[in-house]
Parts: sequence; structure tokens; C-alpha cells
Amino acid sequence: MKLNLKTIGAFLLMGAISFPVYADLEEVNVYSARKEQLIKPILTDFTQLTGIKVNLITSKADALLKRLELEGINSPADVLITTDAGRLYRAKEAGVLQVSLNDTMKKRVPEHLRDADGYWVGLTTRARMIVYAKDRVKPSELSTYEGLTDSKWKKRICIRSSNNIYNQSLVASMIAHKGKEKTENWVGGLVENMARKPKGGDRDQIKAVAAGQCDIAVVNTYYLGQMLNSNDPKQVKAAQQVAVFWPNQSDRGTHINVSGIAVTKAAKNKANAIKLIEYLLSNDAQTWYAKTNNEYPVIANAPWSDTLKNWGEFHSDALNLTQLGNLNNEAIRIMDRAGWR
Amino acid sequence: MTKRINRWSILTTLIALLLTVPLWVLVSFVFEPTNDNWAHLSDTLLPVYIINSLWLMLGVTIGTLLLGIPTAWLISQYQFFGKSILHWALLLPMAMPAYIIAYTYTGLLEFEGPVQSALRTVFETQTVNLWFPEIRSLGGAIVMFSLVLYPYVYLLARTSFANQSQSVMHASRTLGAGPYKTFFKVALPIARPAIIAGLTLALMETLADFGTVQHFGVPTFTTGIYRTWTGFGDTTTTAQLSILLLVFVTALMAIEFWSRKKAQYFTGHNQPLRKTLPTLTGHQSLLAFSVCLLPILFGFIIPALQLLDWSINVASTQLNSEFFALVWNSFSLAFVTALITISIALLLLYVKRAQQHTFIDNTVRIAGLGYAIPGVVIAVAVMIPFAWLDNTVDNWARTHLDISTGLLLSGTLFALVFAYCFRFLSVALQSVGSGLSQIKPSMDESAKTLGANNWTLLKRIHIPLLSSSLITAFILVFVEVLKELPTTLILRPFNFNTLSVRAYEMAADERLADAGLPALLIVITGLIPVIILSKLIGKRHA
Repeated sequence: MKLNLKTIGAFLLMGAISFPVYADLEEVNVYSARKEQLIKPILTDFTQLTGIKVNLITSKADALLKRLELEGINSPADVLITTDAGRLYRAKEAGVLQVSLNDTMKKRVPEHLRDADGYWVGLTTRARMIVYAKDRVKPSELSTYEGLTDSKWKKRICIRSSNNIYNQSLVASMIAHKGKEKTENWVGGLVENMARKPKGGDRDQIKAVAAGQCDIAVVNTYYLGQMLNSNDPKQVKAAQQVAVFWPNQSDRGTHINVSGIAVTKAAKNKANAIKLIEYLLSNDAQTWYAKTNNEYPVIANAPWSDTLKNWGEFHSDALNLTQLGNLNNEAIRIMDRAGWR
Repeated sequence: MTKRINRWSILTTLIALLLTVPLWVLVSFVFEPTNDNWAHLSDTLLPVYIINSLWLMLGVTIGTLLLGIPTAWLISQYQFFGKSILHWALLLPMAMPAYIIAYTYTGLLEFEGPVQSALRTVFETQTVNLWFPEIRSLGGAIVMFSLVLYPYVYLLARTSFANQSQSVMHASRTLGAGPYKTFFKVALPIARPAIIAGLTLALMETLADFGTVQHFGVPTFTTGIYRTWTGFGDTTTTAQLSILLLVFVTALMAIEFWSRKKAQYFTGHNQPLRKTLPTLTGHQSLLAFSVCLLPILFGFIIPALQLLDWSINVASTQLNSEFFALVWNSFSLAFVTALITISIALLLLYVKRAQQHTFIDNTVRIAGLGYAIPGVVIAVAVMIPFAWLDNTVDNWARTHLDISTGLLLSGTLFALVFAYCFRFLSVALQSVGSGLSQIKPSMDESAKTLGANNWTLLKRIHIPLLSSSLITAFILVFVEVLKELPTTLILRPFNFNTLSVRAYEMAADERLADAGLPALLIVITGLIPVIILSKLIGKRHA
């Protein structure tokens, strides 16, 4: 095989020039655990509105956090976006964030959806709700998360792996409310009632209910919302076979989590970072999230999507979300011991 | 002469040391005290992780050998219907990321999927749940891995079978051995180093996988590694678990090495007699065709059709200039990395061969361990030394020169390519090494007697004889980088996206339709070098 030297040279040069060069223009650098398709459109809008260029890396939350830690004061990142409160707590504990919430933000976002010390703020909320097969389950049979351990649900519940942060957060919230011992019993009972070994994502649990493999499932709201609004008729059909139940309405409320944002300690464009947060809390941006991904806005007046409206209002757990991060390790240990794979 | 050799040894050791810095970073964590996460793990899930991993390895061993060896033998020894296409098409499943094929088969075989729907129609049972094998299981994972990883065995075995001196086979046949006996008693033992090399790669990739086993709900050792990191945020235990995995892999490799130590196989130098490949006809031709078609059908055609079906509706909205940037990023990254990795592998192997020294042997072996480490762990192990170096330089510059150099290497493509080289060096070492193992040491000696220096030896004898192994190595590394996910996701610079990242972000969001197009393009981009280079290999043997 004869490789043309020029070709190789050209590729190497190409490699060299594609290294990032940061010019002195107005910009803000974003580390985002929200996937590109769920953040980039809104960032583009921000750039159009303000002229501030947004540089983006999307990755896994833990990787971004580690990167921030290791890069230290030289980190190029100005903001960190995550899809759960637990990771924001972890970032705050690791000392890579700085206080950034101003009074406007505090006024717009309810207290339990932001950090008490002003390090981070929620951007959207999602609830971990119960869905049930319309033809096999009466809503009157359902009540609370605690009720899922009742023997009548034996081999009838679908829920994804304990690797999933939303399940970890759910268990963490249970620890916060009920204590470790009761939570461990609860997880054990839930595992007993699982219809199958946990596999797949939240949509898979909904599909499994539609297919009759189980009768109820615990899933995040936006997954069902996306299925109902999908281009794929099979997904729509599966989603239509289930109905929504909001657990714990008569006591603490349905468990929720947030996607959130924080300014990094190393931020070199802090003013722009704050502008970005303010924009993401604006009516326009909040409406976009509700419409595009069926997430609940964190501000009071942003309109909900039709799907969310159909499900109706619900009483949500006002537990301070910092607790989810705080109790995450304990939650995983309990799940491991109880055999929640 | 001796001085010269020493200089090469030092250079090799230095390169190997630099490249394996991430490994030493991980090893350094072994000396940190274990924390209570260890106790927790070993009390709860560690046994499950280990047992699942062992079953997975056993299954993938059987699967890849069953798919890889017969196809390699047929393609290298016979002429039959469709061979000119099959011989490269058998490589296609390699371009399919394991987690993507897992998603496609889940989609095909789920309750609402086409297969079960069709079955329900046939049996006219709309309500009753038919018994149907659950694809998302340990068995399913074994099938998925076997389908996309057998090409390693196929490719390396095929190269070895094709390079085997025909005179050996002829001798065997002349002495009255039938084709089966010749295969089992002569060809297979000679090809053993190559087959083991391919199998090693397949198993290392299986062990390092997270996406597939996660989706299938089969917790393996790597699940444990991920969980310790993402769940507990515990880098120390994560590193310690990774080292444990490496010790296990090294032990396996050592056992294999010792078991074949006495047997060394080198091909004779009276090569060709190539044009006399026997032609299969009739039933035999059809059978050979079917054996070779099956893995392509299940490992490529069916999943690719499913991807096509998913992406066809969204293609018009996705295909824009931004999308072509993804293709270009993926392609150029893979190309550059493949060239660099193979150059390093060549240097290491060559010096190893010239030196015949245990220390160098082990250095090279250690340099090739990256492939068994889960990508996430490699990414972190690469970030640590780069960030340290950058911050130290910056600190020094701030103190002495009153300027800030910032991060020079962290968050650049350099760090990413470095991580790839460390991760995929093993792939290059295994394929080039198995080619090298078939060149007689006496050739080196003859050449040296004739006054050739090491450089001439490499250029005039080894590279020409090795070219098909080099091409093999190039294809493997290229395709590996193309579909690589965790390292790319974690180490990439700002605004730099690749096909695999796009496919993953869509799939992780359970938007399979949108994941279809980037996944399909990974496969198509991977196809280009596979076809071109297979033609090159073909020409050499024509």
C-alpha cells in the first residue's frame, strides 16, 4: 500500500487546525449534561438575542464534574448544566461552583427548586409518576409509592435499573421522609413485586405495560409526553394504553427532580453566564422546554404543553432537592442490598 | 551494533511509558487505602458482576470462534459463489457499535415489533402473550457481542490462513490427510496465535462494554465500575476495580502465552501457489455461501435495514451541513489516529523482535492493556495527568513570567487522540504482531548477515511481508475510533461532535428514530476503508 505523503500531511494539518482557538469575543462556555438536542436550540436563540457566542460540550454529568475538578482554576467552563439535582449538589460539595443567584432569579423560582446558598437553580422539573394499564388497573387501587409494596402488585410492576439517577433520587427522597430502615423494607418489597428484571429505559417500561408484561410502571413524566407526541405510531399507541397516576397526593406529594444550572468557580465570563441563566428562566425559554420536551417550567406563568395540561395539576413533594444529592450514596447501598439491579 | 540497539530500547521504553501514563495513574490508586465502598460491593453485587462477566466471556468466545473461524477458512481456501463480495462484507458487522445493534434487535423483537406482531397475526392470538425468547438477557447480550465482534477473529484468522505456506497444506494432503484433518491438525494450530489475538480483542471489548449490558439489564464487572464512579463518585474504588479487571485480563493472556510457549509456528518462505484455490460447486458452493452469509445477515443487513427504516422519515430534517461536519470529524479523527497508532505499534513490535528481551516483551505487553479498560475510566485516567501538567505549567508561568498559559493540552483533540492511542494500541499490536509472528527469525538473521541494518530490514523485508497485517490493523483501529463512544464523549473539545456521540445522545434519550441516521453513517463511513483496503489485500493475494 502506498500512502501519498501529501494526503497524510493534509490530514495532520487538518488535525492541527481543528484545535480550538478562543478569540476575545463575547462568549460563554457551557458544560452540559443535557443532551445536545435538548439544549442547543435554546442556546442558539440566546446567541441570536444577545450576540453572545455559546461554546458547548455535552457529556455525562459525572464526567463533566470530574473535568471541572481536574481543570481547576484554569477550566474554560463558565456554567454547568445537569439533569438532576443530585449532581449539582455533588458539584457544589466538590467546590467547583460559585454563588450566582440574584434576587430576580430567586423571585422567579420557588425556594425548594434552587440551592439554599444560591449556588444553583432548577431550570425545569420532572415528576416520577406511576403509569397504569387502563384496561387492567383501576386508579382507585393506587395510592402512594409506599403502596407499591402491597402484595396485590406481586409480579406486576416494571421499573428500570437502579443505575438510573431518577430511581436513586426517588429512593433518596424516601430516605429523607421515612428513614433508612423503612426505605430498605420498601425497596425490598418493590423488588419482590417487579414483573421482570430491570432493563431498558423509561419508555421501555411504558411499552412493557402496554404489551401486558406488567400492569404498572414508575417513569418520568417527559418520557410519556414524548411518546404521546412521537412520529412513530407504535409509540403513540403504546402510550395511549396507559394512564397517569400522581402518587402521594394526600401526603407529601409526587417525587420531582429538576434539571438545573450553576456558574463554575473558574468562570471567566461570569456576567455572560448570568445572562444565560436569566434567559433560560425567561418566559420564552421556559415555554420552549414545556413544548419541546414536556417538562414542567419552574416559573409560575409559563404555559404548559397540551399533554401536560391533560394530565392536570398535581401536588409535588416540596423536599429540598439538596437532600437528594446528600442521600444518594445511601440510596444506592440500600438498592444494592435489596437486590434492585 | 550493541549501542544502537540500546538506544532503540530506551526509545521504546520511553514511548511505552509515556503512552501508558493513564495506566500508571490508575495503578497509583491501588496504593490508596480501600474505603467502605469496597466492603459494600463485595458484600452485595460483586459476585453477580463477576459471574455474569465470566458467562459473557465464555459465550462470546464460543460465538466469535464459531462465526469467525469457518468463514475465515472458507474465504481463504476456496473459490465459491459470491466470495468476491463476501470476503469483505464479512467485516461489515464490525462497524456496528454493540449498543446500537442491541437497540435494533430490541426494536425488532419487542412485543410491538415486527417479528412478534407477525407471529401474533399468524397464530391469530391478539391477547395471549406468546412465549418469545427475551433478547434483553445474558444470552441476548452474548449473541449481540458475537455478531459484531466475530470480525476480529475472522480478519486475523483469514490473514493467517492466507499467509500460511501452501506447501504445508500440500504436504499434509499428500501425506493422506483429508481437508478436515488438515484443518484441525495443521492450519488451525498454525493460525492459533492469530485466532487468539482476534479473540483477545473481542473479549477485551466485551469486558469494557457498558452500553449494551446496561440496556439488557445484565450487570457485569464494568457495570460495577460505572456504578462506583457515577453512583458513589468514588474515583479511588473505580480505579482499583479497573486494575482488578486488568489483572484478570493479564492472567488470561499469560495462561494462553505459557500454554503455547513451546509451540512456535513460522511460515516457510516459499510462498504462493495461490492461484490453485480449489473451486467449490453445487451444494458445496451453496453451503459455503450460506455459512458466510449468515453472520452478515444477522450482524449487518437486518440491523442496518432497521436503522434505515428508523432514519428514513427523519433523514430530510437531519441531513444538513452540520451533519456532514459530524461525518468529517469522525472520519478524520479515525484516520489520523489509525496512522499514529500503527506507527507506534510497528516501532514497539520491531524493537521487541530485535531485542528478544523479557523486559521489552513485557513493556510492549503492558502498553497493549488499554483495550480492556472501560472507556470512561481511560478518559478519566487521561484527564488526570494532562490537567496536572497543564496546571503545573500554568502555575510556574504565573509565578515566574507573570502570565497564565491556561490549559494547553486538556480539552484538546491532542488529549483525545492520545487516549485513543492508549486504548487501541492493543488492536494494532495484536494484528501487526500476529503477522510478525509468521515471519521466520532466520530471515532477520540472513538479512543481517548480508549487511542489512535494522532500518533496511524493516523497510525491505518486514513492511512488504507485513502489509496485509498493517492494512488489517488500519481497518480495525479506524473502525474502532469511528464507533468509540465514552472517551470521545468525555474528552472532546468545545463544539466538536462526532457521529458516535450524536447516535448515543439520541439513543440514550430513547429517540431511536433519530439515532438511526448517525448510526447508519458510522457504518457507511466505516465501509469505505473496509472496501478499499480489502481490495488492496485481495490484490496482494491475487
